[in-house]
Amino acid sequence: MKTATVDLDQIQVRKAQIFPRGPNAAVAHDLREELFELEAKGELIVQRVPEPYVEVKTKFGRTKKIPIEHTWHHKSCGQCGHIPGYSTSIFWLHRQLGLDYNDPTDQTSCTGWNYYASATSNAVAQAAVMMRNFAAAYETGYFPMIHCGTSFGHYKEAREQLVKHQDLRDGVRRVLDKLGKPLVIPEEIVHYSEWVHAMRHEFAKRQVFDLRNITACVHPACHYHKIVPEDAIYDWEVFGGQRTATVTGLIQALGATAADYSTWFDCCGFGFRHVLVQRDFTRSFAVQRKIEVMMMEANPDVVITHDTGCVTTLDKSQFSGKVHNFKVGVPVLSDAQLAGLAMGAHPFRILQLHWHSADWRSLLDKLDIDYKYYWQEFQDDLAKIRSGEKEGLTWEDSDKPIRTKN
Amino acid sequence: MAHLIFMGYRDNDKYADVPQELKLKLFAEVKADERYEDYLYGCYECGICVSACPSARFYDYSPRVIAQALAREDLDRFYEILADDIWNCAQCFSCVRCPRQNNPGGLVTLIREVAVRNGLKETREVLQGYSRVIYKVMLKGNQVSPDMLRPDFFPDWGPWVAEFSSHMREWRLAIPTETMRGVLDASWKTDPKTLRELYYIWYSTGNLELIKEIDPGLHGLIAEVIEEELAETEWMD
Repeated sequence: MKTATVDLDQIQVRKAQIFPRGPNAAVAHDLREELFELEAKGELIVQRVPEPYVEVKTKFGRTKKIPIEHTWHHKSCGQCGHIPGYSTSIFWLHRQLGLDYNDPTDQTSCTGWNYYASATSNAVAQAAVMMRNFAAAYETGYFPMIHCGTSFGHYKEAREQLVKHQDLRDGVRRVLDKLGKPLVIPEEIVHYSEWVHAMRHEFAKRQVFDLRNITACVHPACHYHKIVPEDAIYDWEVFGGQRTATVTGLIQALGATAADYSTWFDCCGFGFRHVLVQRDFTRSFAVQRKIEVMMMEANPDVVITHDTGCVTTLDKSQFSGKVHNFKVGVPVLSDAQLAGLAMGAHPFRILQLHWHSADWRSLLDKLDIDYKYYWQEFQDDLAKIRSGEKEGLTWEDSDKPIRTKN
Repeated sequence: MAHLIFMGYRDNDKYADVPQELKLKLFAEVKADERYEDYLYGCYECGICVSACPSARFYDYSPRVIAQALAREDLDRFYEILADDIWNCAQCFSCVRCPRQNNPGGLVTLIREVAVRNGLKETREVLQGYSRVIYKVMLKGNQVSPDMLRPDFFPDWGPWVAEFSSHMREWRLAIPTETMRGVLDASWKTDPKTLRELYYIWYSTGNLELIKEIDPGLHGLIAEVIEEELAETEWMD
């Protein structure tokens, strides 16, 4: 019997060729057109992306606008509550670039974590929580920037449902009318990691630590690129456009190596309810399907991701993996923390590394950062807080990078 | 045999005693959700969703079976899914890789809502231990907070939790972000008016009432706070 086989080299050459998207390629659906139609009918207000903005490409080629400043920061409860260096780094990056932002107290979380964990809510309530936050942003004149990957995914989904279903819009409108708030949907739903991606070359210009010796594995956050997947950023130059460009684009811009591994598409194991009440699944998945695979295939110096639950799960699950002699032991940071690290953010005042569980010392050693010195500085801060000399740390105490460009 | 393969057959008919009328009523509730049509188009049986699903690796769970059972309107299998399977889903939405554009993770969300709304015994059991999170999210607008990081809640996170717990107050004060600095019982400072608006959302959308089905005691605690706060507003008529 004759068999026809194709040489592996030929396959690799063929796969390496980029398929150009021609004028006859399928046009991706652009939800904004329907939003503008609803606005024209007087059903809602579409909040426009403020200038200046950066244009990026999404999965199927749509151009997405990412605002550079004048942003209203929709914080993440998991980041602010359990990994405060994550949110603090996002703000610090804005401050280093002198960009205008608003950190509101008129904000609730999206409550999506609970919804995905327990379903103790409903579609109208979830959309109303989102629209209350969007209205609060609109009232300030600032444009929403979403810190949490789940909020980002959840809001994209809720926006799509609101556009599709009149009953849902009417239900939400009744609630917001009562609260005296307008029905407003932003023109783009923007995740902070998209802003990090858009600003990555600005960060590289201000880089004070050399990352060329650093290898990083990226965990793309599920709720960033799997919920309403057509709205995530892709770039031909990052993994041939076969996975989202956010995070990896930053690592490359900062000169580090983004190492591939076979289970990149897998979730981190967070599971929403699992991480809170059924962590046997979370621990096992995070260690066996993510961290150990990364360690065996790429042996990274650090794992970088862009969502609350992913940093928490991949970081905190390593303790039990270590107890059971799995191959673990790699620091886990967010992309914002990595950018901050490269630009000289204080490891404890800004990056707040003491909130992380997996050992980060090896990474700082490799970058020749004397963490013992900065830890002592931070201990002095704490002593002043304990004695009542200081009420707490301020931006004035913390803005200055630990190293400046020559 | 085909039935065994395609429908994820289980040999113990655990819910044979549940009346067919009840199964039919619950299934009708799922189908009545306006998102149902957005989430289920049919199934090629290709298994791509299963290959991407993290829960399928660790549990007797299959997003393909969910799409199949719903598409074929298999009431008995639907009820098993409603009572048991849905709580294994990690809600990562890896399954939306489906070439038929199904959203099995979304279907799970809808079925979970029906299970909660009807206060199923199995659902109440699954959500035991979750009450403190519902309490936090409904009253504080945050899912988690620093004061939840206690060694007895997170023993598997290692000695770090005890280290944090013993320094919680000063570590929280040593955060330069104004909205987070010193806050222990929530993730950031939230305006009282903002929380009242959130309470109105829970109250007016039936979300507060929903908790009664799951945990009447918890509902009582939350309702007392919410109703007292809302009594001060002009929104109640």
